[in-house]
Amino acid sequence: MPLVEVHQLVKQFSRRRGLFGTRLTTRAVDGVSFAIDKGETFGLVGESGSGKTTTGRCILRLIEPTAGEVRFRGEDVLGFSRARMRQARRDMQIVFQDPYSSLNPRMRVGDIVEEPLVIHRTGTAAERRMRVAELLELVGLDPSFASRYPQQFSGGQRQRIGLARALALKPSFIVADEPVSALDLSVQAQVINLFMDLQRQLALTYLFIAHDLRLVHHICNRVAVMYLGRIVEVGATERLFEAPAHPYTRALLSAIPVLDPAAPPQRIVLDPESLDPAATLRELTADHWAAI
Amino acid sequence: MPPLLSVSNLTVGFDHSSHFVPAVIDVSFSIARGETLCLVGESGSGKTLTALSILRLLPPSARIASGALTFKGRDLRPLGEREMQQIRGAEIALVFQEATAALSPVFTIGSQIEEVLRVHGRATRRTARQKAIELLEVVSVPEPARRVREYPHQLSGGLRQRALIAISLACGPSLLVADEPTAALDVTIQAQILDLLRDLQRRLGLALLLITHDLGVVAEMADRVAVMYAGRIVEESPAAALFHEPRHPYTRALMSSIPGGPPGSRLRAIEGTVPPLGQFPPGCGFAPRCRDRFEPCSSAPPATDLGGGRTVRCFLYPGSKDPAPQILQTSPHRRAESEQSAPQVLQISPDRRAGSSDPAGR
Repeated sequence: MPLVEVHQLVKQFSRRRGLFGTRLTTRAVDGVSFAIDKGETFGLVGESGSGKTTTGRCILRLIEPTAGEVRFRGEDVLGFSRARMRQARRDMQIVFQDPYSSLNPRMRVGDIVEEPLVIHRTGTAAERRMRVAELLELVGLDPSFASRYPQQFSGGQRQRIGLARALALKPSFIVADEPVSALDLSVQAQVINLFMDLQRQLALTYLFIAHDLRLVHHICNRVAVMYLGRIVEVGATERLFEAPAHPYTRALLSAIPVLDPAAPPQRIVLDPESLDPAATLRELTADHWAAI
Repeated sequence: MPPLLSVSNLTVGFDHSSHFVPAVIDVSFSIARGETLCLVGESGSGKTLTALSILRLLPPSARIASGALTFKGRDLRPLGEREMQQIRGAEIALVFQEATAALSPVFTIGSQIEEVLRVHGRATRRTARQKAIELLEVVSVPEPARRVREYPHQLSGGLRQRALIAISLACGPSLLVADEPTAALDVTIQAQILDLLRDLQRRLGLALLLITHDLGVVAEMADRVAVMYAGRIVEESPAAALFHEPRHPYTRALMSSIPGGPPGSRLRAIEGTVPPLGQFPPGCGFAPRCRDRFEPCSSAPPATDLGGGRTVRCFLYPGSKDPAPQILQTSPHRRAESEQSAPQVLQISPDRRAGSSDPAGR
């Protein structure tokens, strides 16, 4: 049984046009389905506005989906009561993109990492302090940093703090929404290594939302490509990168700059007219599906 | 032929109460007509301030402490604001990163292009509209006659960036300074904008100073590359040679840290963090993070000419003019080690590239 199953997930946002005008609805997520196995890193890629962040947040119910089904360990997450959902969140956490805005500047690092433990009434104060020290060490920070404030740290260190906080309640599933794209290039590799190390150490499952396709290729076992709110292609990473089938995936992969000045770029330009909006995912080879 | 632009020993920084905090230190480079020089570096490396110094658009808190800026043989530093205005836009144009922020939301695209034309006396009120449409055509905006009447919010991110490039081209500059022109764009749109810049360069004979943190963009665009770290240019090289064999430990470490190799394998991370402004280490800025550091690195390494248009600022490369035997003696094992760990040519495996670019590969 997969750890996370998403079935026909829909999220509509609506706004009124003017004060008395008609309602405009946008389907940010439009019938998305996929499953993530335990211990897997599942990548979600696509351009900005394709619905990948919304999908990640709907799974954790940080945004309420309009329709569809999310199952975690086989249980219907969208049917959970408030109390049950709160309990479930111990097991499903998120790491945000921007380590500058996602940590409260008025709280000490120790309190930031401890907060989830306090909210979930875990342990005594002394036990929690020990756990904070343990967590900071786990993400490669000195436990003495607990008494400092976030602004005393660089982007990479802040992202480690965010990760320590996400790990506080020993989750098994983490949604990582562009966790390194706001970091300096020369520190990204450290943080990616940390993600990979923690996965091995703690048997974590990741939903990894990213636009850096080189990174996705490196760390994801499976990848889904989103375009205009739908998954247009999904499958094992190697297969999808070697033989992209959907026109958007092909355009996307051909747009990655090659790190060799001698290689002239060979672009495939997407012609949106050529897409069949009614196409549904069909299996091309084992674990490689495309909506063509 | 003299270079179009030359920057010599430029030092720029901020005055903080009693002391001067340098952000750009002793930077020198030049750009020939029609050439693309990429200034690559991470945030805080000084690349943007270097570019703004050329246009004399530094924020009020920053100032040029020393150095010379020569454009078409003319010294830019003594020029007054009025004379600089004649040069900005007309001779040297700037393309910003955030088209949304650079364009005014309350004027149409057309009127913003026309403004530039009229300010520089390149068109009258009557001819400006037609010229604006032509410029949008040059940057491949579809239906330019309709788009010229639209406001920035009606355009997609890619089209806004094209409009911004149209504005920068309005007065036929010979040098385009583009500061992360594609950083805010999706990779497919980025590819289109890079193609456009390359195409314009060929057609109009523009020189391009492209500022970026993205080595992929550098590989696609650059004739020559200057790598900046902690305010200094640590390495300058023709692009092909740089990617084939990076020399400075920072460039090497950066290139090897890019995801590649067997999926799931640990990346070769660089220890430590980028030094913030005001805390640049004395001597070589990269030394605290460098695996090859040794005693001399606590003083600033001179630029060493490696031949073939390559220079590097690192004590691992004793100057050809000034061989420093004592350095060689202290570091033979380090050199051997660093050469072993030097990355080979960086590339995506050929099958992957073929797979991603073969339209018939169903």
